[in-house]
Amino acid sequence: MAHFDPNARPFSHQWLNDRLAIDTLKRVLSTEYWIPKNINFLWAMGMVLAATFGVLLISGIFLLMYYIPDTKQAFDSVNHTIMGEVGYGWLWRHMHGVAASVVFLIIYIHMFTGIYYGSYKRGRELIWLSGMLLFVSFSAEAFSGYMLPWGQMSYWAGMVITNLFSLGSLDLQGLVEWIRGDYVPGQAFLGRFFMLHVVLMPLIIMALIVLHFGTLRIPHVNNKDGEEIDFEAEAEKWKAGKRKEAKVIPFNPVFLSKDTFVLGIYFIFYFYLVFYHFEFAMDPVNFDPANPLKTPPHIYPEWYFLWSYEILRPFPKNPGLVAFGFAQVIFFLLPFLDRSPNVAPANRRGVFKFWFWFLLVDMIVLTVMGKVPPMGIYTTIGTVAAWTFIILWILLPFITKAEKPVRGHK
Amino acid sequence: MKELKVLAVVVFFTLVTYWGVEPYAHSVMHKNVEEAKFENFQYKDLKAPAKGDPAKGKALVAACVSCHGIKSQGMKAPMDPVAAAQAYGVVPPDLSNAGAVLDEKFIANFIVSPTHAGLVKKSAMPGGMADAQGAADIAAYLKSIAPKEIKPKEAFEFACGRCHAVRYDKWTQIGQTPKTKADIKTGVDLAKMDFEKKVGQYQLKLAGYLGKLPPDLSIIVRARSEEYLKKFVENPQHILHGTAMPRVGVSKEGYEKIYKYLEEVGDPSKPKREAVGPWVIGYFVLFSFLAYLWYKSQWKGLK
Repeated sequence: MAHFDPNARPFSHQWLNDRLAIDTLKRVLSTEYWIPKNINFLWAMGMVLAATFGVLLISGIFLLMYYIPDTKQAFDSVNHTIMGEVGYGWLWRHMHGVAASVVFLIIYIHMFTGIYYGSYKRGRELIWLSGMLLFVSFSAEAFSGYMLPWGQMSYWAGMVITNLFSLGSLDLQGLVEWIRGDYVPGQAFLGRFFMLHVVLMPLIIMALIVLHFGTLRIPHVNNKDGEEIDFEAEAEKWKAGKRKEAKVIPFNPVFLSKDTFVLGIYFIFYFYLVFYHFEFAMDPVNFDPANPLKTPPHIYPEWYFLWSYEILRPFPKNPGLVAFGFAQVIFFLLPFLDRSPNVAPANRRGVFKFWFWFLLVDMIVLTVMGKVPPMGIYTTIGTVAAWTFIILWILLPFITKAEKPVRGHK
Repeated sequence: MKELKVLAVVVFFTLVTYWGVEPYAHSVMHKNVEEAKFENFQYKDLKAPAKGDPAKGKALVAACVSCHGIKSQGMKAPMDPVAAAQAYGVVPPDLSNAGAVLDEKFIANFIVSPTHAGLVKKSAMPGGMADAQGAADIAAYLKSIAPKEIKPKEAFEFACGRCHAVRYDKWTQIGQTPKTKADIKTGVDLAKMDFEKKVGQYQLKLAGYLGKLPPDLSIIVRARSEEYLKKFVENPQHILHGTAMPRVGVSKEGYEKIYKYLEEVGDPSKPKREAVGPWVIGYFVLFSFLAYLWYKSQWKGLK
């Protein structure tokens, strides 16, 4: 039976501590949550992502007050009501649109940081897997959100992407119609994507963020050298006042102070985009209202989906879908395809170093080729890049199996 | 220092990706727009007219007012827009502001041959309403009666507003949507229904005349680039070959007025963005500076 101090004033420290164990919570989650000292600003990307998600959530709530999920009114509720009539509606919309794009930039930086430093191995597999689940959920959230303004690109991207579920020659038109709730995107389609965007996907994302943080607590975050740190022993050093010798720092306030500085710099960049360079996140095509009778000359997804779109595009229908499916799941398997026990930065891992940079450059090439029209030289480059992507992943187990143990840390 | 190198790598790959999917990809996709000629509304393909005499033009304009009104000179339009659309497919514009929006050379050429100057196969306005000298005189007259300064919206109304609606500004092809009152007991608003019926009748005729209903231009400044719009207005055939949209023949000043109006309606937050932006960014510069001091104080003596 817990002890409750009868003399504690309501909501005093003692009173709260008896009921919520706030001192323990604070210690476990913040002042004695140990972070390696040997890190750089890339370790702040998690915090940047959490903050960007916060911006998306808050701006989204404001937009939700005026958005109308009706095929006849959606376009004007966004482009006229929110952009012109609601005080600062334009600011919330531009913040939402730009954050939706920038969040993927940070996700990719966060992912490639993990790949580069080997932060998906030796007890950190679940961090990677929960992170990948977040990536997929963010993709679903982004896609469903893109449907809502009901512009030309909303409509036609919705048409093209839902068509993928016919699964090529299996020709599952029934499945496609079941997903759309109609033969073509219409009111039923908009209604369910609206629900996904404002209720179901945000709930899933928030649950996954909690899981992602949870998976981090026991293995702790990696560090720049992939060094295995005895966190208990190092924490004792810190608590004994040996701040210089200890290899760890407490999350709050030491790590947090650096996170906050990185956040500040990030928000300068983010608000520069919001006020002066938002066009990249708001495609002009989507400022034409949805018109089922007029297909736009170029249909392309937002930039963050382009690389996987380009893996689909250069192949014939069925192999293209298989390649697309491969691209969607392959990142999940990274911790198991990397056969090397080394947890070290890619540049110390022999052939893997080249694998990493090839993958990064290849995905950028795929991204650019995914946007330009598929003709002439672009088709060739796209096909080569798509094959390169597939081959790189097939090679990964062999390259890493042959990798020599990395000894000694700098 | 090492961290700045890491940052440089991140920034480099981010910029390369940005360049690839934005400026580069768009230049490939919109090659026809980028390559289309632009001559700053000079209409170099049209012959320069002889010097016109406004006084003679005033006499000749009698032929025009059987279809056109010139309100500023006390001449009302002979038909209301809906009746005019029944007859011609589109309402002939009131000519009061023609000289303020259109290029004088273009007007003179247009009167001689609307299809030749407008670069279209058919035109509601018949050609040959005057000979070359007469057309030059009428153009000079229209220029002489044009007001010195017109509002952006007036330029739009004259040059674009009889075919294009701007619903975010309550503009229809037959004019501004009037304020009407619904009956308080039933909610019925007959005046509104009457107006909507007229707009509908007009739009049906207009679509019959042009082959389709021209798009609403409320947010065209967000849907098309500035370059696209000016090249398209100067010569629609260069951008959309075979389009029913005629070359309207606006002057450089006329186009600037029209664009200003479209921007005010299509991007109303521009002045507010420019006012608020520096404060928000300034706030985060200060925030980062203070955070930097905190960071430095916390990490002092750690390494």
